[in-house]
Amino acid sequence: MTSELDIFVGNTTLIDEDVYRLWLDGYSVSDAVALRVRSGILEQTGATAAVLQSDTMDHYRTFHMLERLLHAPPKLLHQLIFQIPPSRQALLIERYYAFDEAFVREVLGKKLSKGTKKDLDDISTKTGITLKSCRRQFDNFKRVFKVVEEMRGSLVDNIQQHFLLSDRLARDYAAIVFFANNRFETGKKKLQYLSFGDFAFCAELMIQNWTLGAVDSQVDDMDMDLDKEFLQDLKELKVLVADKDLLDLHKSLVCTALRGKLGVFSEMEANFKNLSRGLVNVAAKLTHTKDVRDLFVDLVEKFIEPCRSDHWPLNDVRLFLNQYSASVHSLDGFRHQALWDRYMGTLRGCLLRLYHD
Amino acid sequence: MPGKLKVKIVAGRHLPVMDRASDLTDAFVEVKFGNTTFKTDVCLKSLNPQWNSEWFKFEVDDEDLQDEPLQITVLDHDTYSANDAIGKVYIDIDPLLYSEAATVISGWFPIYDTIHGIRGEINVVVKVDLFNDLNRFRQSSCGVKFFCTTSIPKCYRAVIIHGFVEELVVNEDPEYQWIDRIRTPRASNEARQRLISLMSGELQRKIGLKVLEMRGNAVVGYLQCFDLEGESGLVVRAIGTACTLDKLSSPAAFLPACNSPSKEMKEIPFNEDPNPNTHSSGPSTPLKNQTYSFSPSKSYSRQSSSSDTDLSLTPKTGMGSGSAGKEGGPFKALLRQQTQSALEQREFPFFTLTAFPPGFLVHVGGVVSARSVKLLDRIHNPDEPETRDAWWAEIRQEIKSHAKALGCHAVVGYSESTSICEEVCILSASGTAAVLNPRFLQDGTVEGCLEQRLEENLPAGCGFCHIPYDELNMPFPAHLTHCYNCRKQKVPDVLFTTIDLPVDATVIGKGCLIQARLCRLKKKAQAEANATAISNLLPFMEYEVHTQLMNKLKLKGMNALFGLRIQISVGENMLMGLASATGVYLAALPTPGGIQIAGKTPNDGSYEQHISHMQKKINDTIAKNKELYEINPPEMSEEIIGSPIPEPRQRSRLLRSQSESSDEVAELDLSHGKKDAFVLEIDDTDAMEDVHSLLTDVPPPSGFYSCNTEIMPGINNWTSEIQMFTSVRVIRLSSLNLTNQALNKNFNDLCENLLKSLYFKLRSMIPCCLCHVNFTVSLPEDELIQVTVTAVAITFDKNQALQTAKTHAEKSLQRASTDNEELLQFPLELCSDSLPSHPFPPAKATSVDYSSFADRCSSWIELIKLKAQTIRRGSIKTTVTVEKASPVGEGNFRNRSSPPCANSTVGVVKMTPLSFIPGAKITKYLGIINMFFIRETTSLREEGGVSGFLHAFIAEVFAMVRAHVAALGGNAVVSYIMKQCVFMENPNKNQAQCLINVSGDAVVFVRESELEVVSTQQPTANCQPACAGGEVTT
Repeated sequence: MTSELDIFVGNTTLIDEDVYRLWLDGYSVSDAVALRVRSGILEQTGATAAVLQSDTMDHYRTFHMLERLLHAPPKLLHQLIFQIPPSRQALLIERYYAFDEAFVREVLGKKLSKGTKKDLDDISTKTGITLKSCRRQFDNFKRVFKVVEEMRGSLVDNIQQHFLLSDRLARDYAAIVFFANNRFETGKKKLQYLSFGDFAFCAELMIQNWTLGAVDSQVDDMDMDLDKEFLQDLKELKVLVADKDLLDLHKSLVCTALRGKLGVFSEMEANFKNLSRGLVNVAAKLTHTKDVRDLFVDLVEKFIEPCRSDHWPLNDVRLFLNQYSASVHSLDGFRHQALWDRYMGTLRGCLLRLYHD
Repeated sequence: MPGKLKVKIVAGRHLPVMDRASDLTDAFVEVKFGNTTFKTDVCLKSLNPQWNSEWFKFEVDDEDLQDEPLQITVLDHDTYSANDAIGKVYIDIDPLLYSEAATVISGWFPIYDTIHGIRGEINVVVKVDLFNDLNRFRQSSCGVKFFCTTSIPKCYRAVIIHGFVEELVVNEDPEYQWIDRIRTPRASNEARQRLISLMSGELQRKIGLKVLEMRGNAVVGYLQCFDLEGESGLVVRAIGTACTLDKLSSPAAFLPACNSPSKEMKEIPFNEDPNPNTHSSGPSTPLKNQTYSFSPSKSYSRQSSSSDTDLSLTPKTGMGSGSAGKEGGPFKALLRQQTQSALEQREFPFFTLTAFPPGFLVHVGGVVSARSVKLLDRIHNPDEPETRDAWWAEIRQEIKSHAKALGCHAVVGYSESTSICEEVCILSASGTAAVLNPRFLQDGTVEGCLEQRLEENLPAGCGFCHIPYDELNMPFPAHLTHCYNCRKQKVPDVLFTTIDLPVDATVIGKGCLIQARLCRLKKKAQAEANATAISNLLPFMEYEVHTQLMNKLKLKGMNALFGLRIQISVGENMLMGLASATGVYLAALPTPGGIQIAGKTPNDGSYEQHISHMQKKINDTIAKNKELYEINPPEMSEEIIGSPIPEPRQRSRLLRSQSESSDEVAELDLSHGKKDAFVLEIDDTDAMEDVHSLLTDVPPPSGFYSCNTEIMPGINNWTSEIQMFTSVRVIRLSSLNLTNQALNKNFNDLCENLLKSLYFKLRSMIPCCLCHVNFTVSLPEDELIQVTVTAVAITFDKNQALQTAKTHAEKSLQRASTDNEELLQFPLELCSDSLPSHPFPPAKATSVDYSSFADRCSSWIELIKLKAQTIRRGSIKTTVTVEKASPVGEGNFRNRSSPPCANSTVGVVKMTPLSFIPGAKITKYLGIINMFFIRETTSLREEGGVSGFLHAFIAEVFAMVRAHVAALGGNAVVSYIMKQCVFMENPNKNQAQCLINVSGDAVVFVRESELEVVSTQQPTANCQPACAGGEVTT
């Protein structure tokens, strides 16, 4: 006796959250059944393995049918085939677009191309995430990217509107899209200590301040592309380190203000010029696409690592950066105050976020 | 020219890409009604076209309006080649034809293609302007309302219940026409869909005409079915109950609606109520005799002989009328006469209702059923479907005669079905014999009946249990006791019925789903030989099914079955029997005895040990079940019960008439000498298996209940969450060494596993009850068994779950049920070795039967054989009658205590096989939904195999039903039923095809919590008036 056909169709589509998670995680039906058995569900419910198998198959079939709709979430809301309560629809979408930290760290900043997709095997092996799940996550990134690129208006809003994601998740996707678009390098060994959250935080700041959208909300891709003019202008900041008087003055202003307040004052004093050069040179280099990609590498090399090797506490870093940014306003010879603020305001936020072990 | 149909095509969305090059579609729409077609402009390059068409107007006869569906086809415009069809929408405009229903159909409809499934949606607006037509000779019946619901629809009041209407139309099946060889599958499927749509329209119109002739204005319990007879054609047939309905004045207002039922309860007309008499005079036998005497000379066999001539002579069979009149009991006699005269005018006094207005059902006689095996031949002249008509007429006569034999003049809970395999067709009909209150049946008398009258001394919820026949001249042997409730009338010990539990029935504990499952191998054979083989097997199957039901009922410690439905399906090499019913413990009936096992070889020690072990297991199971279902009837001392009845014994009986020619009724009677015990004799391994299988049925997990009736006896506090579902399973039997036992086991496992899966899937709804569990079995191919289940899971509030029994009793006090009597009979056996060997007690009236039992039995079997040999095409018939007494009614329940109504989301359409929605009130019926779909695929693997294919299709069917309901302005379908789900596959060719037919009533409901609350709350509203109110008004 073999079951040829075995289906269950509810007027309201039944969604089992646990099975959904297993499906999203890319487990095969038999693996999922095994995992469910291990969870002790048979004992709780008195069901048999056959029942579990049938139930799992059924849910998988349903999810498979829903997947097409999940690719364009507004369709899920308007379709007539599956009657699903709104709260469940939201859950389906949110979970479908959720991603694994380990996975996103692997592809963050990479071009969402076929080439990258081919590397998913390796990522799967490396992260222990099933290939199926990797593909789903990668395709999600790519799909969102494709839909929102060349669109006007706020990136987060666009993502939210077209994918009906929660605010949190939409922001994460905005970061992913932003990183993919600007191809920031995040995979270098010295960046491994950073989490997706760190990058997403930086992305948000950069989107707010450094993109076209920060000055003009009427252009395509306003939140995805950095403001080229702004990057060009950043060269002007070079004077801060090129002009020796200005550099000295800047240093003395900062040292005067921080004396006695900083635990690592002497280290700061000794390193000031290096640090300042690092920060300003990073800015000056941003005219080249390649250097834009290495932004995070440079920040870590030029600022984070030196501070860390001197064991600066985070609070000292904060005090320093605040003072370092603010003191520029007292430099009479320096005329690019606004530019400096736009640059340094964001950079300060990023550095503080990035400064940890 | 009395109608103008107006259609506007607004927009489309989610259309499929038809032009690969541009990834877009150039869509336009053809709107067709009858022979007229309109087209919209082409909306270039869009998957979401906005047509905003003008109003397309069709001027048509109302006859066409009823028959024809509106056909909307969405196409992709192609400059160079033929336009490609994207899909179609068929819209039945019938709901627009009667005033109270929908006024406009407007909404998004899924665009359906028989090959690709749903492909986007289209927004359509449809209106009808009807002109009054005073032509008396018109062929249309616009305005007659149709309801699938098998009770008086909430928000209506039954003024008169006219009775049975039936009709059938036949046609050639397009799938089998020669042209099918050259056309595409799509064209063929569409031709079929269109034809069936047309035929059901025509059928409905014709039934409507009959209703108008009877001066009714509605059909309730409308059941339409398709018989796909293959080569020999396509039959669409329908039955229903014609009624005159009155809309309750203010259905939206809670108060009046709530009150009306109680008013009705009191409306028992003075002169028709037999109770005061019978009760006041106590249980004296003479009176009893008078009221229901069979004259001694009328032997049972004569009563039930089914020859047509006999049937037509009512005086002869109407056992009550003559003698009652003579002997007294004037009220009762009057009742009988009135009812009879009301019913006599009808060819078939049948009612498809399963629940009734209070007081309608007086007595219940028992289940009557008839089956007949026919050979299909081509229908030569579709306009004269006489053969099919004649077949059904025969069966109905049979049913009618059985009912008369039971002292009943009517059959309620009536239904018909077929099972077809190749050219053999089994026609089945069954119902519950009953005595009805004439008040609803006659014209003109209604007003007089309305005077309110409280029957204080009516028996509380036991009336329908009382036997309707005379105990001295019982139509069959039965074991009677005094009613445990009123102690005045006689009741049988077990009761089987096809109807819902009456609202006023007093039930102890909860009910449960009871199923009997059976397979029988059959040799493959052709034509007549095949038909013979089948009709030879049928009686054995019926017998075994009933034995199983009986045993399982005992095992549950219950004494009555409601909603009994026995389905016999025929396949190439086997027959399957599946009986489902809801078991309950009726307070009025005696406590069921246990089951006793008897061994054949008493000398073998180990064997005896084994037997006693089994006995213990059985006893334990019974005890456990009693606890599980909370069956703890009050103890009764023997004296109170008094026992004019000599000895309680269990008795089963099989009454089968070998139709047509035979006057002979085979009667198998079986009773056991042991007091209160039901004896199972284990005399061979088969019997052993049977006992084992009894014990293998696992009760549902805790928190779950299940029943196949509308509502679960013993639960009355439903909350608002409902989940309707369909589940389908097909298993392939390994063809090696199939034996009956192996088959039975496979089938049993299939059903049990299916139930287990359902419980598991729905575990998040606990505590909940699966209601209206409807199993259908079919045998699509050799070695394939398909089981389809549709049911609804309803949550309930656990904390209040227990208080029902008492309130029922109280409630039922108000109910005016006249006294009833019951019958009970179950079929027992044929095979003599399974007959218990206990001597029959020397019961007076029944002794006759016993003496002749063996003879009858054997002669009956011979008769069948004889019959079988003499069959001609289409003439084999085996009829099996099973009678049980049963109550009328419906369940008591429902306190839809104001549930939180979270789902107010726009666009949600609920579907339920029940006639009500828990926690809500139906405020409007929008019309009947009756849809037929075909889906075919030539890429089965790509669509996820058979499961993927069917899963998607059923989901699509649900979607289309919901879309139509929403377009009518409704938010639910009640009395939903999937009447057919025919699935065929050819995996080698990567093909599959499926046909689905569904129906239901589109309604608008309002959450009770959204209604004005104040007016409703009578203190006891939860259990009493609300229950009653639930029946009639919600």
